Amino acid sequence: MPNDSSTLVQGTLDMLILKTLDLQPLHGWGIAQRIQQMSRGVFEVNPGSLFPAFRRMERAGLLEFEWRTSENNRRAKYYSLTKAGRQKLRSETREWERQATAIARILQTVS
Amino acid sequence: MGIWKSLSAGLRGLFFKQQAEHELDDELRDYLDQATTEKVRSGMSREEARRAARLEMGGMELVKENVRAVSWETRLETLWADLRFGARLLRFNPMFACAAILSLALGIGANTAIFQLLDAVRLRTLPVKNPQEMARIKLDRRGSRSGNFSTRYPDFTYALWEQIRDKQQGFSRVFAWAPNQFNVSPAGEVHNVQGLWVSGEFFETLGAEPALGRLLNTADDQPGCAAAGAVLSYSYWQQAYGGRIDAIGQKLTISRHPFPVIGVTEPDFHGVEVGRYFDVAVPLCAEPVVNGEDSHLKSHVGWWLSVLGRLKPGWTVERAAAQLDAISPSLFEATIPPEYNPENAKQYLAIRLTAKPAELGVSDLRENYEQPLWLLLALAGLVLLIASANLANLLLARASARGKEMGMRMAVGASRGRLIRQLLAESLLLSALGASLGALLAHNLSRVLVASLSTQNDPLFVDLGTDWRVLGFTTGLAVLTCILFGLAPALRATSVSPGVVLRESGRGTTAGPTRFSLRRILVVAQMALSLTLLVGALLFARTLNNLATLDPGFRKDGILVSDIDFTGRHLSRDSRLAFSEELLRRVRAIPGVDAAATAAIVPLSGDGIGHDILLGDTGEPQGEAPSAAFNYVSPGFFDTMQTRFLVGHDFDEHNRLGAPNVAVVNETFVNKYCQGKNPLELRFRIRRMNKTSAPYQIIGVVKDTKYFELREKSAPVVYAARAQNDDVSSDAQILIRSRAPLAGILAAVKNMANQADPDADITFYNLHKMIDDGILRDRLMARLSGFFGLLAVLLAVIGLYGVISYMVARRRNEIGIRMSLGANRRSIVALVLHEAALLLCIGLGIGVVLALAVSRTAASMLFGLKPNDALTFILATASLAVVALAASYVPASRASRLDPMNALRNE
Repeated sequence: MPNDSSTLVQGTLDMLILKTLDLQPLHGWGIAQRIQQMSRGVFEVNPGSLFPAFRRMERAGLLEFEWRTSENNRRAKYYSLTKAGRQKLRSETREWERQATAIARILQTVS
Repeated sequence: MGIWKSLSAGLRGLFFKQQAEHELDDELRDYLDQATTEKVRSGMSREEARRAARLEMGGMELVKENVRAVSWETRLETLWADLRFGARLLRFNPMFACAAILSLALGIGANTAIFQLLDAVRLRTLPVKNPQEMARIKLDRRGSRSGNFSTRYPDFTYALWEQIRDKQQGFSRVFAWAPNQFNVSPAGEVHNVQGLWVSGEFFETLGAEPALGRLLNTADDQPGCAAAGAVLSYSYWQQAYGGRIDAIGQKLTISRHPFPVIGVTEPDFHGVEVGRYFDVAVPLCAEPVVNGEDSHLKSHVGWWLSVLGRLKPGWTVERAAAQLDAISPSLFEATIPPEYNPENAKQYLAIRLTAKPAELGVSDLRENYEQPLWLLLALAGLVLLIASANLANLLLARASARGKEMGMRMAVGASRGRLIRQLLAESLLLSALGASLGALLAHNLSRVLVASLSTQNDPLFVDLGTDWRVLGFTTGLAVLTCILFGLAPALRATSVSPGVVLRESGRGTTAGPTRFSLRRILVVAQMALSLTLLVGALLFARTLNNLATLDPGFRKDGILVSDIDFTGRHLSRDSRLAFSEELLRRVRAIPGVDAAATAAIVPLSGDGIGHDILLGDTGEPQGEAPSAAFNYVSPGFFDTMQTRFLVGHDFDEHNRLGAPNVAVVNETFVNKYCQGKNPLELRFRIRRMNKTSAPYQIIGVVKDTKYFELREKSAPVVYAARAQNDDVSSDAQILIRSRAPLAGILAAVKNMANQADPDADITFYNLHKMIDDGILRDRLMARLSGFFGLLAVLLAVIGLYGVISYMVARRRNEIGIRMSLGANRRSIVALVLHEAALLLCIGLGIGVVLALAVSRTAASMLFGLKPNDALTFILATASLAVVALAASYVPASRASRLDPMNALRNE
């Protein structure tokens, strides 16, 4: 199984970030860890794509952030979802499920 | 909303750059710390964990770069950084920067200046309300008309204007106008300003508003109006009345007749004529008051008015033209001048009216200068092309010198696109600086151009404001030249393979033959283009020379023309003749005057008289009668002009009214109408419309002289004695020949005239100067094309020099070997010159073909030579070849003085 996020379907990383932040605000490392945990190690997120994605989504108005002190007493940037981010997550999830079901159906018919 | 958020976040990023960078640093460091901690927890040593975390991240800077790349403000910043880097490079290379910016400024400046003129006279619409609704009513090409033509746009007689005004349907309103010089001096020497005769509808149709007082309306323009008002232009109001409010109501005199000032137009209103301005506008109805017996308005055959109108909503110009065409027969039928003979009338009735769009206004300047300006723009464009080629060549040379630097940068991870962008930013900087300097240059250059086309009698006004078209043109040029000269070198510079470059030692890359060939192609193109420009320059220079040295059939210099107008005396025909003969006698008595004569027409002044002539004593001509140009002169005219008699003699004191009519004719008249018979035995009559004169006996034949203009072919001319003409004007136009300085003669004549008639209007001018003003356009073409030609040759030669020097530097080694093997200096020079000559020959070959094609477009502007004139081509080719070879000789001789040992050791 590929463990490089660059092989993630385009836009999937954004969706995973949104999903992660749906539960609680997190900083960069936390998000990376959570994605890895939730996917049971299938997706290992590369910081090289993670941070540009933060900046992109922040600019698109999906994320907001605040500076808090992290567990090890460091200043850390905590991201959370905006209202638009929440909406985006809902629509993305719906769309993803629709497509996944469709693909699964196709694969079943063929095999 | 997304855009706003991104914009504001971007701006924040720009302004609080430090903070944003810190935050990014903190964030990434935090991540790294956590990753390290995690790895330590799983059993790694602290050092190992840190290394592993860093590796995983894949380079802190790269991540940062990627994050920055997401935001738009970064792109701005990179551009800014690139520009700063470019500026630094240019500062290190001030000679290159100066040469580049200067040549671009000259090229772009010349183009912009000419475009600015074209924009003003050809592209811009009239500054009036809804200019697209304006149309000009004109005569189409059918039929022909006879009579007296005056003003710049003699489209209609007053009678025709009245008919058009009452019968046209396509226009919501029409108006008539005519430009004229008004003498506003209350006494003494004439002071002319630019005047307009306007019908009452003029200002309202154009939608003009007064800046002060009121403008003329239809109530002011009633037939026989007595105390008509005058409207001033804003600039004349400022200049002559100091912008004072109490100018309203003051009296302005036009040819000594008082007009009350009733209003001032807005500053941006200049009438409908592009290229001219007006100072004073008065109603048409006042024309008979000012011009008295010579009134155009009263004359049935006085053609002097131009008519424009504003189309009704829903009417197109074509529909209006069709309606005018349809009413033409009845209109011309109703206005047949009683003076016409049947042939004149037949031609007159064949004329049809039409309409043409006039959103760009009316302009004889445009008609005269549009073609030359487009041609000059093309020439200036070629110069810019050559300048761009030169820059491309210089940059290519630098590109090979920077090959190593580029290789290094690529090796450390810069992408090719990024490097190209950086190199282009440098070019952009050059072209932007060049364009700004060029725009500044153009601002002054275009004004100089207009000033050089203005003469004292014919001042021009061109509104040279910079509009979006000019701005767009200059910006476009800057971008275009930047791409022209910057792209190829940038592509070349970055097409290196880092490995190859870094492995090489010595003096940068050894450019392969392919890399060098682009530079050769550029030089060949430069040679070809500059030959084209040089041919153009020579063609125009020789045209000007042909015109300036042309023998007009009389001696141009040393003649002062003085026009003494004594209309104010209201004399009868006989007394007018007597008075002007008295004036002539007194002029001849002035010390220093060698000869003097009066003439109705001053040759080459652009005025003329034409009549039909009937050969023999009796009978009517079959079909159309032959015609000739006329002049009514006093005895001594030919002596004054120094026109040679071929046979016969001049008029004398006995040729007066009552005595048999006599005439002097020119050579062409004899060749055309005498059919081999002795001209002195030939008699003819003059027909002026429906009046036929008594027979004229030819008493002399003179050499051909130019009549209207220098470029004309010889036409038949008849000179008749002024004393035998029954129509004598109330002024004396005296031509004075003197070897003394004309200024002294002028003062004496003024003095004399003041004594003879204190009220006379006196105008003076120098005949030679007036003739020179007549070839202003040719002078302009010769000067500008000459300037462009020289510039082009200079640039092209610099280009060739650069390439040959580069070639010598590249082949140092080979030359060293040749020399140590026994080649002498001469054979080295020959080796280098051979290369130069090859490029030159190809360039000249292409140039000749190109020049042949291009020069044909200028055929109508040439005089006395064909566009494929062999001498011009030989001259241009030879001089370019000499200059180019001389320029290549410098690096050639440098090569031949190389110390072979030194050259070899340098490898």
